[in-house]
This record gives sequence, C-alpha cells and structure tokens, in this order.
Amino acid sequence: MEIDRRSFLKLSAASIAGAAVLVSPTPALASSGNESQANTNGKGMLVDTTKCVGCRACVVACKQWNHNPSSPVDDESKTHNDTPLLDSKTFTNIRATDVQQGLEPKWVYTKIQCMHCQKPGCAEACLVGALKKTETGPVTYNESKCIGCRYCMVACPFGIPTYQWESVTPWIRKCTFCANRQAQGLQPACSGTCPTGALKFANRSELIDEAKQRIADEPQLYINHIYGETEVGGTSWLYLASVPFEKLGLPNVQTEPVVVNAERAMGLVPPVLLGMAALMTGTYLVTKRRKKLQAKTSKKDEQGAKTK
Amino acid sequence: MREKIRKLPLGLIILTILALTGFASVICRYLFGLGAVSNMSDGRGWGMWIGFDLYCGVALAAGGFTTAAIVYIFGGEKYHSVARPAILTAFLGYLLVILALLVDLGEPWYIWHAIIYWNIHSPLFEVAMCVMTYTFVLALEFSPAVFERLHWNVPLKIIHAIEIPLIILGICLSTLHQSSLGSMLLMMPTTLHPIWYTPILPILFYFSALAVGPAVVMFESTITGKSMGHEQNHEVMEGLGKIIPWILGIYLMLKVGDLLVRGNFGLVFTDFPHNILWWAEMLIGVILPIILFSIKKFRRSNTRLFWGAALVVLGLIINRFNVSLINLQMRPGYTYFPSWVEIATSVGLFADAMLVIWLAYKVFPMIKHSQHDSPTALKQD
Repeated sequence: MEIDRRSFLKLSAASIAGAAVLVSPTPALASSGNESQANTNGKGMLVDTTKCVGCRACVVACKQWNHNPSSPVDDESKTHNDTPLLDSKTFTNIRATDVQQGLEPKWVYTKIQCMHCQKPGCAEACLVGALKKTETGPVTYNESKCIGCRYCMVACPFGIPTYQWESVTPWIRKCTFCANRQAQGLQPACSGTCPTGALKFANRSELIDEAKQRIADEPQLYINHIYGETEVGGTSWLYLASVPFEKLGLPNVQTEPVVVNAERAMGLVPPVLLGMAALMTGTYLVTKRRKKLQAKTSKKDEQGAKTK
Repeated sequence: MREKIRKLPLGLIILTILALTGFASVICRYLFGLGAVSNMSDGRGWGMWIGFDLYCGVALAAGGFTTAAIVYIFGGEKYHSVARPAILTAFLGYLLVILALLVDLGEPWYIWHAIIYWNIHSPLFEVAMCVMTYTFVLALEFSPAVFERLHWNVPLKIIHAIEIPLIILGICLSTLHQSSLGSMLLMMPTTLHPIWYTPILPILFYFSALAVGPAVVMFESTITGKSMGHEQNHEVMEGLGKIIPWILGIYLMLKVGDLLVRGNFGLVFTDFPHNILWWAEMLIGVILPIILFSIKKFRRSNTRLFWGAALVVLGLIINRFNVSLINLQMRPGYTYFPSWVEIATSVGLFADAMLVIWLAYKVFPMIKHSQHDSPTALKQD
C-alpha cells in the first residue's frame, strides 16, 4: 500500500511541476513511521488479570469476528474448565482459577490465546512457511501452504494451535491477533469489546513501560513480573497478575527462544554435508589405492614364486 | 522340504491378511478423517504414525547406508552378499515412511508443497528434502538388481559408472536426516523430558542409527534366510556383530556424558516412572548388546548373534518412542493411546514391506548376484 501511494505521489510530483515540494514530506513521514514501529517490536496486548472480571465478552467478540460457532458444553456436570479451553472454533477463552489463600475463594480470570512470540517455535517448525511472524506483531497462518503435518502444534511451548480434527480436510486454527483488523487500522476484536480495560492494545514497548508503571504504582497488588516480556525470547502478549503466573496455568518457560538449539543444529547442516562428502570420498580413494597396492604385491609375489 | 513348503504359505497368508486390514484402515482414514479414526487430539498432535512409522522407520532403514558404506567405501567385500538386501530394505523403509506420511498428514494431497514452499530453517524441511532425494538414490542403488534380471545392459553400465558418487550421496543424505530427526525435537525444550532433551540430540540420533544399521541387516537377513531356506553366512554375521559394540560404546559415552554435563544424571535414578523407560532403552538396546557382542563365545553362534541384533533393534524402538511420544508431554492433561485403525495401518504397512521383500527374493538376484557388481572387484579382474 505504502509503496503504491509513494510511487503514485512520485508520479504526480513529476507530472505537476512545483507540487513536488509539497508532497515529498509524505513518503518521508511514512517511512519514518514504519521504522519506529519496527523499533517497538510491533504491536502488543497487555492483559491485566487483576482487572478481568471473567465476562467473556472477548470470547464472544472473537467468535463473531472469526465466524466461529459457539461451543456448547454437552455435559452439564462439567464446568468449562474441565474441557479443553481452546479448540478449532475457539481461538481465545477465559481460564478461571481459584487462588484462595484464606477462607474466602478468590477467582482470577486469565485470557488465553496465541501469545504471538517474537521468535515463534511454530513458524520455525513449519516446513512450508505457512506460519510467519509479521513485523507488526501477529503470527499469521496461510492455509494455502499448509500440508497438515501438525509440527507447529507440537512445537508450540504454550500449546496453542488447534486442529480441525472433525474435518476430512483439516486446517490449523489459532488466534490471528486480528491481523486483518490491524491491517485496517482497527484494534483486535477482543480488546475492542473489553468493558473493564483488562485488555490494552498498543505498541509492545509502550505496553512494557506501562506495565512497569502499574507495578510501581501498586506494588502490593501486582507481583513484580511481566509475563511475556522475556518468556521464550518475548511475546507480543503481556500479562500482569497478583499471583505467580504458574498458578494461572501460564507455563513456566525458559527466557531463551525455543528455536535456539534447532537453529544452531540447522546451521551445521552445510559443513556436515561437505565434511561427510569429503570424508567418504577420501576414505574411498584410500581403500581403492590400498587394494591396488595389495593386488600389485600379490602379483609380484606370484611372479617371484614362478621365477623361483 | 515338505515342512518348508507348508510353512511359507501360512506366513504369507498372515501377511496378506494384515496388509489388507491395513489397506481397509487407510480407506477409513481418507473417508472419515483423522479425528474420527485416530486417538490424536489437540494435545497430542503426533501419534503412532509419527512415533513408529517415521521415527522408528527411518532409523531402522539405516542398514542401507551403513552397509553401503562398509562394502563400497571401507572395502568390506565380504559383506557384499548383504548389501543388496540391505539397500532394498532401506528403500522399502523409506517408501513406508512416505506412505505413512500420506496417511498422517491432514492434507496429503498437498504434500508437494514441501517442494515449492521452502522454509530452510525448519528441521522438518531438511527431513522432507532428504527423505525425498534419498528414496530416489536408494531406488537407483537397487536398480542394478532389476536391470540384471531384465538383462538391460546399457542402463546397468550407466548405474555402475555413477555407483560410488551415488553411494556417497546416499551416506551424506542419511547422515543429515538421521540427525535432523533429532533436531526436530530440539524445538521442544519445555515439553520433552529433561532426561532426553539435550542440544546434542542430533548426534545421539546419528550414532544410534549407525549402531542399529548393522543390527537390522543381521536381523532381517536371518529371517529371510530362514524363510527362504538358505544358510546365513556366519562370517558376515560375526563381522557385523563385532562392529556394533564399538558404535554402541560411543553412543553410551555420549548419552551418559551428556546427562552428567547437563547435571541431569540424577534423574535416571530418581525420576520415576520416566527413569524406568530410560533404563529399558539403555539396558536392552545398549548395555546388554555391548556385553554380549564382546564375548567371543556369543559371536560363534548365528542364533545368538540374531538375538543380540534383536535387542539392539528393540532398544532403538523404545528410544524413539521415548523421545517422540511417551516422554514428549506435548500439552498437559492429554493422554494418548493409538486407536485400532492407527495400529492396523502401521502393521499393514509393515506387512506390505515384508511381502515385497519376499517377492524380491523370488524375482530378483538378491544374494548370488554377479561379481562385477562391485567396482573394486571389476578393477581386479
């Protein structure tokens, strides 16, 4: 879009003498805007679990925007916490956790969805590159490339991608961070509908600053940890909470991106390939030469025996 | 003699029944979809088809490149009689892997996307590329048997001319993707159990494949020898049995050394029940075979060598199941046990391969093929 406009503007600038001075700042502004966005690690979302009341308006908004049907609970005796929270028709859900310390129950509601990692395991795993981390933040999925190997599902440290198991032609399904809404300048459906301000959509780096500020303002309310700031190398989605995140079902993961060891191993492929080829060729030539020498000496021995 | 004639058809009938059941299961899978026929779920995105057919299948096909290396690169001419069966077994193994993937993939009709859309950072991309090319290389490596049978001398000459480069290419491709199956698991640092997760997984995968290669050849050639009624060459069996403890020794040192360096060695004593599985794969597949194959007396009998090889194979299967299925806690709270369709499909594909091997022994010159097959032998003539 940007380039189109720029080239259009340039064209108009060339054709209309004098107007060039007026339009030239526009492309300059546009490019500087892009750069600043890259520096902020793209867009992010701050989930403040202390503000969430568990109304699930975000879940409904997500289903509406993605045209996903509702998932009724078949068995009335089961709460929705007893069944998997995410499925191929539910990209986000609320996990309710009782973190009771005294006699009073205390419920904490945690919104779960794709974390949109800065260094996503799923995108590294995908052999056809159907999953991609975009510069603006979302990890997007292109089903026209997918072959259905499900490596992304196994490689995700948060257990997010789901599969259309019931379908004969199944695809991967997960939260898109409403990449199509973001492209139109809208915020994601979930944060757009959140009535309590538990979800805040902004540049990721700004959100980290704000989260730090909130912790500093109310240290007695929050634990001093922004989940997602450093987890698996950082995620676009960030969480604040009053209790340790493990209690809320957010896995205790390493700060190193999950892709580091695999990347190192893949980097060794070319040298291993060349080294192995050289080693085998060398060994073959040595074996061949030794055989030749052996044949020669045995021949000589034979001849010697004959002359004797 | 009469006994043999009676024995053979019974095995064949069982194999045919298994193959047909497997075929029916595959039809069910395509008609009703993965969710309906398998026990896989969002929390268990990989099941038996990946754990057994891909992970064990590729490793058990390692006999192809190890034997080819011994015979054609390291000049071990006495193993020539097992080279062709080993290459055929490897070729069938890879065909099975591809067939199993066509069952396991959600969109198998788009498998060709792997060729046109590249993500060179994905270990699975490396596996896919190597499996594809290596299957083709193995077909070429086996093609002399077909050409000899059909008396096509021109293509036979062409294949012989490029035989050594082909063998070297096959060894390189095998090295890459035997290890990259381990690299695939490097993506799961949080979900693969710490006894098994290590940055050197690709190296461990490679050495276990190197060790199981000769074992599979011993195992398979004994079985075919029994059912075809020819005596297994003892010199070959003993020679292969001598190689195995060396490779397993390196593997054992890497396995234990890695656990010590990472400070996780204590887990194999304390972390019940995972440690039982670790001890199972190590005792059955590594420690016991090292001891047995090192005893001269043990190596004197073909039957004992066969059982020793069977231990190595079994240990490897336990190891691959450990890392790709049992101790890979993909998502907490999900359990998995393969459905009947999944088991029948895997068993059926295995039966297919056995039937093709049996057929190949009947149709193609497998063991007593002409001497000029070996280029070094050609030079000596």
